[in-house]
This record gives sequence, C-alpha cells and structure tokens, in this order.
Amino acid sequence: MRILLVDDEQELVSTLAERLSMRGIDADWACSGEEALEKAGRQNYDLAVLDVKMPRISGLEVKAEMEMIQPELRYIFMTGHGSANDFYSGSSDAKTVGYLIKPVNIDILIGKIKEALSG
Amino acid sequence: MASPMKFLQKFKPIFWDYRPGNSGPFKSLFNFRSLWKRRVLLLVCVALGPLISLAIFNHMVTRHDTEKEIYLRTARLVSNTKRTVSFFLEKRKLALDFVVQHHPFEKITDAEHLKILFSDLNATIGGFTDLGLITTAGDQFRYYGPYDLQGKNYVDEPWFHEVMEKGLYFSEVFRGFRDTPHLVIAIKYKLNDTFYIFRATIDTKRFNQLISEVELIGNGDAFLINHQGILQTSTRSHGLALESIKLPIPEYSEHTAVFEVDDVDGERYVIGYAYLPDTPFILMITEQKSVLMAPWLKTQIVIISFVAFGVIGILLAIYFVATHLVTQIFVADQKRVQTLHEVEHTSRLASIGRLAAGVAHEINNPLAIINEKAGLTKDILTYGQQTDQTTKLISQIDSILASVERCGNITKRLLGFARHLEVNIIKVNIEAIIEDVLGFLTKEAEYRSIQVTVKVDENIPEIETDRGKMQQVFLNLINNAFAAMQDGGSLDIRVRRRVQNKITITVTDDGSGIPEADLKRIYEPFFSTKTKKGGTGLGLSITYGLVQELGGTMDVQSVVGVGTQFIINLPLTQENKD
Repeated sequence: MRILLVDDEQELVSTLAERLSMRGIDADWACSGEEALEKAGRQNYDLAVLDVKMPRISGLEVKAEMEMIQPELRYIFMTGHGSANDFYSGSSDAKTVGYLIKPVNIDILIGKIKEALSG
Repeated sequence: MASPMKFLQKFKPIFWDYRPGNSGPFKSLFNFRSLWKRRVLLLVCVALGPLISLAIFNHMVTRHDTEKEIYLRTARLVSNTKRTVSFFLEKRKLALDFVVQHHPFEKITDAEHLKILFSDLNATIGGFTDLGLITTAGDQFRYYGPYDLQGKNYVDEPWFHEVMEKGLYFSEVFRGFRDTPHLVIAIKYKLNDTFYIFRATIDTKRFNQLISEVELIGNGDAFLINHQGILQTSTRSHGLALESIKLPIPEYSEHTAVFEVDDVDGERYVIGYAYLPDTPFILMITEQKSVLMAPWLKTQIVIISFVAFGVIGILLAIYFVATHLVTQIFVADQKRVQTLHEVEHTSRLASIGRLAAGVAHEINNPLAIINEKAGLTKDILTYGQQTDQTTKLISQIDSILASVERCGNITKRLLGFARHLEVNIIKVNIEAIIEDVLGFLTKEAEYRSIQVTVKVDENIPEIETDRGKMQQVFLNLINNAFAAMQDGGSLDIRVRRRVQNKITITVTDDGSGIPEADLKRIYEPFFSTKTKKGGTGLGLSITYGLVQELGGTMDVQSVVGVGTQFIINLPLTQENKD
C-alpha cells in the first residue's frame, strides 16, 4: 500500500507523511500539483490525499490529470475551507472516498485510508 | 448686554453652528446656514417686496399729488387776490377819471367843490385820504385832505415826471412830505388846453386790510412788494411796510406763478406771486410747506406705521417658517448621514465577513501544521523510535510556535481592520497599507493565479491620512477587481507622485470592464451589477466618500473586455486638502 500526500504547505505534508510512516503506511508527499503529477508519472500509488486549494493547479485538477495516468487510483480530499461547497462542487465519483477538514485527525485519516484500500 | 444676547440665543436655529466637516464621508447635502439665508431672502423678497414697493409708490404719488394740489391752491389764491387788488386800484382810477370827465374845470379847481367831491368819493367808493390838483410846473394849487400840502411843489419827485410822461401813475408806498406810508394815483388831464395832474392818496390801512383778508393756512402771509423787494404792506413774519423782504424777489412772470424757497432760517416756503399790471407791485402769498404738508404727513405716518407693523409680522413669520422648514431638512439629513454611517459600518463588517473564508483557510493551514507537529511529538514520545529525540522535539515545538505566530499575525491584521471607525489622521506608509490589505487576498490570488503587482515610486513619503479608511479603500477596490477578473488575470497597483503635494494611486485590472452607461452610476449608493453575487452596491459609493473625506479625488476609466482603472489622488498632508 502506497499513498501520495499532496499539499502546498510542505511542513504539513511532510510531517503527516512521517506520522503515517510511523504507523506503517508507506506515504510519499508532494508540495504542488505539478510535483504530484510528476511523481505519479514515475511510480504507482494506491491512494492520493489531495488538498483542494493549491496555487496554479488545484486538487480537483490534479485528480483529473492523475486519472489519465493511473486510472485505478483512489482519492481523499483535504481542505482548509470550512464550506461544504468546496467538497461537493468537485467530483463525487466512486473513486473519491472522503473529504476531510484541516486540521486533520490522523486516526480519521487512517480510517479513511483503510476504508479506501479495502474497498 | 449678556441678557439680550442670552434671549436671542433661544431663537438661534439648531443647525446654525453645525459644521458640515464633522459629518464624515457622507457629507450633508446642504449648507444649512446658507440654505436658511437663501430661503429667508427669497421669502422676504416675495412677501415684502410688493408691500414696500406699494408703500413707496403710495408715498411718492400722494406726495406729488399733495404738492400739486398745494401749488394749484396757492396759484388760485394769488389769482383771486390779484384780481381783488387790481380791481381796488382800477376802481379808484376810474372814479378819478369819472370826476375829471364829468365836472367842469371851474368846479374841480374850486376848493369847496373839491371837498364835496372828496366826500362823495369816500361815501361811494371809499379809501381816499386826500385829493389834489397839480400844475405841469409841479405846484399843488388845490388840495383837500388832512395834511398841509397846499402849494407844495413836486417837480423834483420821480413820480411827477413819470405821470407827466405816461399820463397815469400808481405810486409805490412811500412816506413823502407827510412822513407816513401812503400810495398815490396820479392822472394827467388836459383841461382848457392846459395839462393838470389830478392826484389822490389811497388809504394804506384800507389797502393793508384788503390784503390781510386773504384766508391763509397757519402763519401764511399775503403782501405786496415793489420790484426792488421793498415791502409795500406789513406782513406777519417777513417784516413791516417799507422794509426789505428777506425772501428772493420773484422773477417777472406774465401769469401767476408758484415756487419753493428756503428762507434764511432754513424754513421752506411755498410762494405764489403775480406782477400787478401797470403798477409797481408784486403780490406775494407765502405759506410754510411743513404746515401745508402736515395733513399728508399725518396720513403717511399712519400708513407707514401699518406697513412697519406688517413688515415686523411678516419677518417674524418668515423667520419661523424658514427655520422650521430648514430644521426639518436638517433633521432628515442628519438621519440620512447617521444611517449612511451605520451602513458604512455594516459594509465594513460585511467586507470583513467576505474575508472570513480566506482568513479561515489561512488560519487552518498553520493550525493543521500545529496539529501534525503536536501529533508527531506525541508519536515520537509514544513510539520512541528516534535515537536523537530531543533535537527532533525542539524542531517540532519551534514549528508549532512559528505556526502560532502565523495565526496571531492573521488575527491581529483582522482585528486591526475592524477598528478605527472614527477619523484618525496619522502618518502612514501607503505601501505598508497595500501590503496589509493584500495579505488577506494573497491566497485567493494564488489559487486563482491572479498576478498582483505593486509598484511604489521611491520618492513617495509617508502621507497624513487615516489608516483604517485607506485599508477599506484598497480592500473595496481590490475585491471589486478580483470579482471582475477571470482566473489568471492581473492586477496592477501603482503609487506615483506626479505633483509636489499629492500622490496618485492607480488600481488597474484586466477584468470585464464597466459599460459606459454604468460608469456614471457606479458611485451611487445601492447601484450594483453584482446583486445576484451578494453585492450591496455600497462598496464604490463608500470608497468614493472615504477618498473625499480624506481630501482626495477619485476617477475611473474602463473599457468593456479590456479592464478598469481607478485613479485616486491623495494629498500628502491634510492641510493640502482641496
């Protein structure tokens, strides 16, 4: 099981990856949509955890690109906005398995990851 | 003096000391003192103009008519008196003519018969003092009268030569040999081929009585003067007979005439006069103009009193009506200004509300980092797999502290934005204000790939202005620009110093632009093209008001599909306010 964490806050995404790693989850991270797509082009992932709002390429746009590279990939979205509109205005297909509001509770995140990978 | 002033203070309108400068960005629509003055002036002109004009017209017309009436009455009086006096003299001249024509020379020259003639003349016509017959050598060879004038020679008297030359002579009043004022009628006759002068003395008392019987108003005078201005009859106030009159001698007029003149005491007289034909007399009637005009003046005083009371009443009514009207407008305007102030405050809060989403996102990011760092710290302590735990923990705590500071800065900025509703003029760095406002919008710009450029010329000093209000100005303009732009657009903010005492700020976007028809209305309150997107239509109206309040000007240029540019000129100091 290998997941990709994507957020424009490097400190957040790197720390989250480290914490997941400490829990036995192989987590890679990227600081922008471009870096995420570049990594997805080089290696396969089972799940991508994407921040919705990012400079230049948003999380939704990253998902759309990644679907072409890795069609089997599943997604969890994170957002700093407290509005439900941000969640549901994007894709709500079967591959999107969850929406989380920052700050993210790691146990909930792990629950969602497991849920996504088991399904 | 304090008491009357205190009393007058009670009537001072409530708006009298109101200063429009205190009313903030939404200034009063009127200068109430000026409005009140204009209303009062207009009402005074409309209400008092006709009344005063009528009063003046009445005064002038009635004065003119009264004077005309006085002149006519005086002229009529002079004419009548002239006829009376002329008739008096003519009758006596004709009587003498009759005596000479119808009596033989022997009888006339007979002393006894002359006495009878004298008695007959006084019994029928009257007014004769004596009668005399004089030869062409000037000798009075027959005389009947109370004086001893028999044998007197008049060859050296001027009147003697005049009668010899003209045939008829009316003398002036003179003293003569009898040394008492009298006048003489002398007629030259040819009897038995010899010329004689028949001479009669007229009783001056009778003459004076005739003149004094003229009915005059007040201390008016009727009298005769000769052509040299010597009084021929006594007067009430211009001297005795044979004294020089102090009034000017009227110039010759064939007909009766009237004029006005001031005497030596400054008293104005209306003088009617007539030259009596074939005599040396000028008949004069003088009356004091003040006495003649007194009835008119009395009427005028009554009219003027009524007008004065009317004017006072109207002025009081105008004062109260104008004050009431302007006070109503003032109160309504104050309510309007107060409401707009509240709207400004609400709008300010609304703009902060619009920022809330961005602020929440900004705060959530450092909170998320804190969350992860704290979580990692706990993980390190829980799982204990790290060999150098202390260094790792300090690094996590530093990161937490930095994120807390980041949150603090965001909340401080937000709080700073909400404060300062009242004008607070201080020296501020305009670039710092722009950066402050952009701090709220940087993330949105990043996410929407909007290129924001800020360029401030190096020679821009700190300016005296209100920090909070300038933040509001920039926030409104940048928010509007963001709303007008597509993702990937560009916003350019420039600050220049084109003239010595002003800075020019331009905010240029490449958004949708504003149609020309809307350009004229964008500063109107509640005008909005974004009502469906939550626009209140107050943003630009408030921005315009704020710029004006800070002594600046605001212009806009826009082309649909190309973009919009707002140009703000601000004074460097508040003393430079236009």
